[in-house]
Amino acid sequence: MRVERRETPSAWLALGAPFAAIALALLACTPLIMWHGSPVLEAYGLLLKGTLGSRGAATETLTRATPLVLTGLAAAVAFRARLWNIGAEGQLYLGAAAAAAVGAGAIAAPPWILIPLVLTIGVAAGALWLIGPALLKTRLGVDEVVTTLLLNFVMLLFISMMIEGPMKDPLGFGWPQSAPVLDEAALPKIVPKSRLHLGFVIAVVAAVVFWLIDTRTRWGFEARAVGSNPAAARFAGMTVQTVMIRVAILSGGLAGLAGACEVTGLRGYLALDLSPGFGYAGIVVAMLAQLHPLGVIGAAVFVAGVFVGADAMGRTLGVPGFIADVIVAASLMCMLLAMFAARYRIRR
Amino acid sequence: MSESGAPFVNEAAREVVLRVAGGTKRFGDLVANDDISLELRRGEVLGLLGENGAGKTTLMSILFGHYVADEGRIEAFGEPLPPGSPRAAIAAGIGMVHQHFTLADNLSVLDNIVLGSEPMWRLRSDLRGAASRLREHSRRFGLDVHPDALIGELSVGERQRVEILKALYRSARILILDEPTAVLTLQETESLFRTLGQMAAQGLSIIFISHKLDEVIAACGRVMVLRAGRVIGERPATGTNASRLAEMIVGHEVPATRRSAATPGEPVFELRGVNAGTGGRDRLHDVDLTVRAREIVGVAGVAGNGQGSLARVAGGHAAPTRGQALLFGEDASRSSASRDARGRVARIPDDRHALGIVSDLALWENAILDTANRRRFARFGIIRRREAKAFAEELIERFDIRCRGPDTPTGLLSGGNMQKLILGRVFSVRPRFIIANQPTRGLDVGAAAYVRKCLLEARDGGAAVLVISEDLDETLSIADRIAVVHRGRLSPPRAAESLTRREIGLLMAGQWDTVRDAR
Amino acid sequence: MSEPLEILLTASFWAAAVRIATPLVFGTLGELVCERAGVLNLGIEGIMTAGAMVGWTSVYMGADLWTGVLLAATCGAVFGALHALLTVPLGLSQHVVGLGVTLLASSLTYFSYRLLLPGASTPPTIEAFQPMSVPGLSELPLVGEALFSQTPMTWLALALILVAAYVLNRTPMGLALRMVGENPQAAEAQGISVNAVRMTAVIVGSALMAIGGAFLTLAAFNSFFFTMVQGRGWVCIALVVFASWRPGKALFGALLYGLFDAYQVRLQHAVAKEIPYQLFLMTPYLLSILALILMSRRATYPQALMKPYRRGERG
Repeated sequence: MRVERRETPSAWLALGAPFAAIALALLACTPLIMWHGSPVLEAYGLLLKGTLGSRGAATETLTRATPLVLTGLAAAVAFRARLWNIGAEGQLYLGAAAAAAVGAGAIAAPPWILIPLVLTIGVAAGALWLIGPALLKTRLGVDEVVTTLLLNFVMLLFISMMIEGPMKDPLGFGWPQSAPVLDEAALPKIVPKSRLHLGFVIAVVAAVVFWLIDTRTRWGFEARAVGSNPAAARFAGMTVQTVMIRVAILSGGLAGLAGACEVTGLRGYLALDLSPGFGYAGIVVAMLAQLHPLGVIGAAVFVAGVFVGADAMGRTLGVPGFIADVIVAASLMCMLLAMFAARYRIRR
Repeated sequence: MSESGAPFVNEAAREVVLRVAGGTKRFGDLVANDDISLELRRGEVLGLLGENGAGKTTLMSILFGHYVADEGRIEAFGEPLPPGSPRAAIAAGIGMVHQHFTLADNLSVLDNIVLGSEPMWRLRSDLRGAASRLREHSRRFGLDVHPDALIGELSVGERQRVEILKALYRSARILILDEPTAVLTLQETESLFRTLGQMAAQGLSIIFISHKLDEVIAACGRVMVLRAGRVIGERPATGTNASRLAEMIVGHEVPATRRSAATPGEPVFELRGVNAGTGGRDRLHDVDLTVRAREIVGVAGVAGNGQGSLARVAGGHAAPTRGQALLFGEDASRSSASRDARGRVARIPDDRHALGIVSDLALWENAILDTANRRRFARFGIIRRREAKAFAEELIERFDIRCRGPDTPTGLLSGGNMQKLILGRVFSVRPRFIIANQPTRGLDVGAAAYVRKCLLEARDGGAAVLVISEDLDETLSIADRIAVVHRGRLSPPRAAESLTRREIGLLMAGQWDTVRDAR
Repeated sequence: MSEPLEILLTASFWAAAVRIATPLVFGTLGELVCERAGVLNLGIEGIMTAGAMVGWTSVYMGADLWTGVLLAATCGAVFGALHALLTVPLGLSQHVVGLGVTLLASSLTYFSYRLLLPGASTPPTIEAFQPMSVPGLSELPLVGEALFSQTPMTWLALALILVAAYVLNRTPMGLALRMVGENPQAAEAQGISVNAVRMTAVIVGSALMAIGGAFLTLAAFNSFFFTMVQGRGWVCIALVVFASWRPGKALFGALLYGLFDAYQVRLQHAVAKEIPYQLFLMTPYLLSILALILMSRRATYPQALMKPYRRGERG
């Protein structure tokens, strides 16, 4: 038995892959729901209803999707150039911390100045946190997977230090959280009586912009060339190091933007539970989207929907909320299989 | 070449050790092996000749179980050979020396040889016993290597000895050598031929695959010619000569490349006392070279003598560690490939797949791979897709690239079409300096002739051309001046007409003094 | 408490260092086995989490301690098999599959723990492995407690280092493993089944990782709580590079890490409150990165690491 590359990758299979993967993942998770003793169909029904069943559910899903679009893009940008940035979680937190620090009164300005400023600083902070590992990779050949992963833990400790120390809210009744951002720095809500904020629009625009960069510009062209064959890219005169650093800035910046949007759009302050693993979930989002920037939007909405819907399912049936993490992880594994099936066939 | 004549007498009387009947293998539409039958006798050296793509390597891969034949049967020592299993081939006494060595650099000679020879679940490797058996084989066939040396520290010739020992250690009685001389110096080749003679005399049977006619005639008792996957004919080596075989291989007379006299202009590229290398080790030493406009300078030499470093320095991919590189009279020692890519310097890589193209990108994207920073294809960082696709269409048309259009994924092109794409990319931007590293490696005769024609046209159009090639015939047919690289040193270039093949051979073996004294 | 230098002279410090090193020895050894065969296993973090939970739960439900270890190893092997199946015969990206295994293993672990022990607010405890003292030797100053007053699992870890070094360097199996990690084509040409060897290595390696996780709940602590692995898996990956893929050096690296970690905990208490404790907690991670940087120049990676092998395709 051997594995053979399809001569013409099937477009039909490639388009259907994410849907097949999701169906397969839900199927694989049914034993878990049965183990809990809940009726499977009702459980998945509740999950769907909790995701899209009402205006409130839908806006909540999109709110949840906002950081996931951005971290998903961060992963897609990096993975396309074969820069294995697994540190989006840390970059997100540094972006959030920078936004919280500047937005909480360091500068007073009207919203149309303060909001862009705070977001830009969040982007810069996120980018900064990835430049280190990227330089270590290009200059010294240090594997970026491990460095970015370990830096996530360093960053969480740093955040903990900041919100128990210099950034601690003096009016926070001793809770470890930062002072709230000014009203002028808060992102406006875009749907009344919901939590959905301008961040979602920003995230969608970011996806479209990245798609344009990827397909239409020399930077995107070079990043793709470097990603699929660095030796040929170097031979053709591209400076692989520069391209890598550029990609790192973009990727880290997107993750930082996710953090800044969460702080200014949703939470209003910095705390250690700001992100329930958005950075890691972003990797799943990127893979489900097959690293396509526009696909990231759909994939992020799916992953967000699973989390929001699982909450609803948990409230009614008592299924532990971790079922959402299992479904998302299983979707990733099934997606890998589906992508494989679209590109290869097995022959005896 | 070597005095080791083929030790075969009365060959019909010897037993047949290997028999292939009706071997056929298809890859998609391509028939790589078409109804091939062959017999190998005890103590015989059989030469297998053919161009690249004639099906030699496929046939051997089937014999050794890397591929499964679609049709046909194989018998070794009278027993049918189970298909698709290297393990079965080894057990049947077949040993293979691959063209690309299958050795692990970080492991010792002994480790590489012992691997697979002991039962997997044994609790202790008998390394001492293995070492002594290895020494015995070394002595018997004059294959000298140190068992504890790391493969990474060995020369190419020594690695080949390890490969042969590996097969002998597994008690191979049929030995298949795939293009064994491609990477060897003249002396190493002669020593290999002596070893082959010794082995045949001791009853081993050998299949020697090559496309070098003289070598096959010198080393083999019988020669078999493959063309386009079929057996074209079989001759005893003593009764034939190189030109007859050449005709059989190609199927028609080879058109000689016609070269007009050069009219060299001003110097375009110069190296002055240049050292260069990779990983802190210099592979080039004190090299002087001048390439002028409207001339082709050929660099001949056995693989691995510093050609890679020379190509990198000339192409701007590496800076000299000592000395000076001048491009258009300016210091280019710190020159970078990205600056050169602005059109004055064009490079044809030796490894198309690894360096020439990005197979995941579309054909049109590869067409502008090294010119995407030109105003013609990008303004303000935005790629001008229409312009680029039109350019790709033009290349497809002019260079006869067989494909479905500019949007074809480049990975789907055949090797020859990839090379055409690279050539088109290079020649259509009117470069003033061209570095062509092994420009025809792996191409069929027609495609190779076309590449040479393009290089000559570029020369006549005013370009300076540096051709680095391991194919001596190629260098002789297109170069105006020829230099030979040996162990990182470059012989002074001489007019092609003033050099004989024998002299170049001596230069390639490093005997520069002999050549100078003979003058 | 004591001065920074006096810490080095307390026996409990040395004992703690060895205790901290033990799960890392298991994890690093497991990762080393995978990488020597050419497969990067980023599933380690999740597999250690799963091992911790499975080991602890089995004992909590009545199994004896060694059965708990065995069940943890089995669980690790199952996740290893999943990883191996996707990365070896199918040749999928080892990075993404590894992260996927980590996400799947940890989320399944948390979900199962919640179902098995619903509503337990303070984690219940078990009777964990106790240190075994070697009479006489364990009373030696400083090293006595560190070396001769450890739980049996630490002894197991030390024994496994020796076994791994022997198997890798002295047996046909080990040679085959090294060869498929260096040059799978060469292994195939010698009649070795690359896929079989690689899959075995990943499964065995993953079992070792899970035992490392089980050490946390069966010997270091006596209960299971979420996020208890705390990046130890990623540290193991750094340690493999630091160790240049050699079992002996892996032990050395893990002990060094244990010393730093034990020292920073004690230093935290020793020096006054003006330095935030988070800075101390960061040091082990930063030191791991530093170790990577220092070793990166000299690292001789297994040549085929992260390169999928498909028969008939040239690498």
